[in-house]
Amino acid sequence: MTVADVLLLALGAVAVGSGALVVTSSHLVRSGLYLVVSLGAIAGLYLVLGAELVAWVQILVYVGAVVVLLLFAVMLTRAPIGPSPDLDRPGLPAALIGGGVGFGLAVLFADAFHWVRYPYPEPGTAERVGEQIFGAWVLPFEVVSILLLSALVGAIVLSRPDIGARLAPEPTPPAPTPAEPPPAGPEQPGSERPGPDTDDAKAAGLAADETEADQATDATKGAQA
Amino acid sequence: MHVVIPYVVGALLFGLGVYGVLRRRNAILVLMAVELMLNAVNLILVTADVSLRSALTGVAIESWARPGSAAPGTGGVLALFVIVLAAAEVGVGLAIILQYYRMRKAVVLDDVRLDHEDEERVAG
Repeated sequence: MTVADVLLLALGAVAVGSGALVVTSSHLVRSGLYLVVSLGAIAGLYLVLGAELVAWVQILVYVGAVVVLLLFAVMLTRAPIGPSPDLDRPGLPAALIGGGVGFGLAVLFADAFHWVRYPYPEPGTAERVGEQIFGAWVLPFEVVSILLLSALVGAIVLSRPDIGARLAPEPTPPAPTPAEPPPAGPEQPGSERPGPDTDDAKAAGLAADETEADQATDATKGAQA
Repeated sequence: MHVVIPYVVGALLFGLGVYGVLRRRNAILVLMAVELMLNAVNLILVTADVSLRSALTGVAIESWARPGSAAPGTGGVLALFVIVLAAAEVGVGLAIILQYYRMRKAVVLDDVRLDHEDEERVAG
C-alpha cells in the first residue's frame, strides 16, 4: 500500500458512496449535489492516475457546466423542495440488474488485473495531450466539433415551439410573431397550472408571467389554426 | 500503484448508473444516472491508459497494440471525447425534458405516452 493506493482507495470510496446516494436520495436537489461530490472524486482519481488535463476538464465541464445545467432543469421543472415520495419504481429488478452488472464487471476486472503493482505513469501534460489530439486524432476532433454544433442547434430548435411546429393541414401564411416573442431558452412557463407536485408558494411568484405566456400561446394558436 | 482499484471503482459506478436508470422515474434523475455511467467509462479508459501502456513497454512499435502514430496518452484523449459527447447529450436531453414539461407538466417517465402525437401542434 503506497500513498497512491491509499488515495485511490479513499477517492474511490467517496466516488462510489456519493454515487450510491445520487441514485437513492429522495431529494432531487440533493441528488445533484451528491453528483458534484462523485464527479469531483473521479477528477481526483484522474489526477492520481496521471491524467492531469482530463481531471481539469472534468472539473470544468462536468462540475462546472453539466451539473449546473441539471440543477437548472430541476428548478425549471418546479421540483418540490422537500423529499419527493414518488421518485422511484419498485427496486428489486433494478437492484438485480444493476448489482449484477456492477459486481460482475468488478469481479471480471479483479480477475483480469490481480493485486499487481504497476509502475507510476509519467504525468500526462497538456502538451502531450495536445500533440495527440492534433496529431493522431485530428479527424475525430473535427467530427466532435461538428457534433457539438449540431447538438447546440438541435437544443435550440427543440426548445423553441415556433420552429418546426407542424401547422394545420391547410396552408397558412407564416404566423405573425406575438407581442412578446417566446424566448429562445426553455424557461417559458406553461399555460396551465403547475403540476400537482408543486407547492403554491413558488407558483404564486410565477403567476404573473404565466398569464402573459398564456396570452402569447393563445395568440400563436389562433394564428396557426 | 494497483490499477485494480480504479478498475473496480469504475465497474461499481457503472453498476450504480444502471441501477439508477432502471429505478428512477424522474427524467432528470435518469440523466444523472447516465452521467454516472459515462464517468465510469471515462475512469476505465484513463486507467487502461496507465495499465496497458506499462504492460506494453517491450512491445514493438509495429505491433497491433500501437497502430500508426498513436503514442501513449490515448486513453485520456478518448476520455476527453467522451466528456464532449456527454455535454452534448445533456444539452439535448435537457431540452427534450423541458419541452416535454412545457407540454404535459410532467417529468415522470412512466407517464410518457407516445401514441397521440397529434396534440403537439396545438400544445406547441
